[in-house]
Amino acid sequence: MSEKIKRFPGEELKGADIRVGKVPTIRFRPRVRYLWSAGVAMSRFIEGLKEGKIVASTCEKCGRIMVPPRAFCEECFKPVDGYTPVKDTGTINTWSVSYVAGDASRIKEPILVAVIDMDGASTGMGLLHLLGEIDDWKQIKFGMRVKAVWKPPEERTGNITDIRYFKPVKEV
Amino acid sequence: MREVAIVGVGSTGFRAVTPDVSYKEMMFEAATRAYQDAGNISPRKDIDAFISVAEDYWEGFSIFDEFVPDQLGAVLRHLFTVCGDSIIGLSTAYMLIKTGHFDVVALESHGKPSDILTLYDVVQFAMDPMLNRPLGGHPFFVAGLEMTRFLYETGNTKEQCAMVVSKNRGNALANPYAAYGADIDVDDVLCSNHQFYPLNQLDVSQPSDGGIVMILASNEVAAELSDNPVWVKGVGWAVETPSLETRCWSDAVYARIAADMAYKKAGIGNPSREVDFAEVDDLFSYKELQHIEALRLCRPGEAGLLVEEGETWIGGSMPVNTSGGNLGMGWALEASGMQRLLETVLQLRGEAGSRQLSDVDVGVAQSWRGVPTTTGAVAVLTNY
Ligand SMILES: [Zn+2]
Repeated sequence: MSEKIKRFPGEELKGADIRVGKVPTIRFRPRVRYLWSAGVAMSRFIEGLKEGKIVASTCEKCGRIMVPPRAFCEECFKPVDGYTPVKDTGTINTWSVSYVAGDASRIKEPILVAVIDMDGASTGMGLLHLLGEIDDWKQIKFGMRVKAVWKPPEERTGNITDIRYFKPVKEV
Repeated sequence: MREVAIVGVGSTGFRAVTPDVSYKEMMFEAATRAYQDAGNISPRKDIDAFISVAEDYWEGFSIFDEFVPDQLGAVLRHLFTVCGDSIIGLSTAYMLIKTGHFDVVALESHGKPSDILTLYDVVQFAMDPMLNRPLGGHPFFVAGLEMTRFLYETGNTKEQCAMVVSKNRGNALANPYAAYGADIDVDDVLCSNHQFYPLNQLDVSQPSDGGIVMILASNEVAAELSDNPVWVKGVGWAVETPSLETRCWSDAVYARIAADMAYKKAGIGNPSREVDFAEVDDLFSYKELQHIEALRLCRPGEAGLLVEEGETWIGGSMPVNTSGGNLGMGWALEASGMQRLLETVLQLRGEAGSRQLSDVDVGVAQSWRGVPTTTGAVAVLTNY
């Protein structure tokens, strides 16, 4: 309230008032479900994940090796020329530390997310993924080297989560 | 006076299912064909603006706009999405060029309903949550309600609606882009399962996947890009009301208002005489008759006679849906109106293959956004 107005006229509402129907509302839960065709490029990527490989597509015109793969080069606007696996190691491009879960609740153990430039892919191309095996997020640095930690082959389903996370690696 | 032309078209064609390609790859194919058709222009430098027509719930993305640029060659270019039917998208592209700030605009629309597991639940989600959704049922009963009143008010018949199905599915056999070409007669339609009385199963369009891209240009550059530009002489659109309780159930008032807007711009006073052919929405068989009347291509109540007497068939005096319409090409969500535009362009360019009409100069394309909407749009196109 303000200095001049101690209490606004009318009845104050609490969240519970809406739940018990004190305020008229209509509840509806939509049934919306999708089954996207992965298509030419992403099918190769998904199949690659099952085999523990990160698949890129290549454009001979601009020379780029593109992760994630696509069926066409968006820069040159032409179909790609081929598909090739890249390494499962890379470098941290940018990162964040999320103390809030998907449902907006606060979490104690933060989720570490990073964009990783993959080795073998063109500059600035790679994967968005999670970081793991890091005790204190203050250890994360730009240019930090990381490697994919894969699920065992029998647990892979052709999903980005076939990679559990990326962990720091020491270069020899 | 600045004029607007369609200088390139490209399509993937339409199929019941397309498990082999993603929506992005589908759009890329249509765009590649359109750019080549428009004098092989490069989207990376020759196109001033891009418009994609898409609806988030159909796509399964919120803010689908963001997923569009790559496959159109529009990365780091001027692009936005129009949430509406593709003829509303055409109207937007037309206006961009009319401003004088844009010379070449790409217009894209696609449908991939086979990616939606709960297609008709998404349709139901378009109905009023307080008044209508709790009643349940399949949302297409809304079309049944309209057909009942339309036939009662106008005297058109269920048999005449069945003839529309026979005509359009037959026309689709001559259209390689069409998903549902078939040799179907009136009895087949009348004997098919009751679905939403008075609609039988064959009166209802089936979903199809496909994409279309068109390139629009100002008259200043149209000649450089195309030897056979098709001119957009007028566009119009209108909406009635979402209220199922109070809307007009007999006439397609939205289409009448949209058509009047487009005709006025195009200088057409007597459409039944000045228009050579039409592509109209026929998501349900009766909608073709209702829309023909709304577009004043015949007198009220006479659309059924037109199909019965062969006038709306290929070779008649007012051919309608030579493409096969939505009944023949399929219900491709927001791209349904773009199918109507595509056929109008192909006919005016003389590129409609074995279904080509002779001596056509003025065509009308009309769209409806489907159940439960009362939104429609109209474009008048000419080849001179
Ligand atoms: Zn390239």
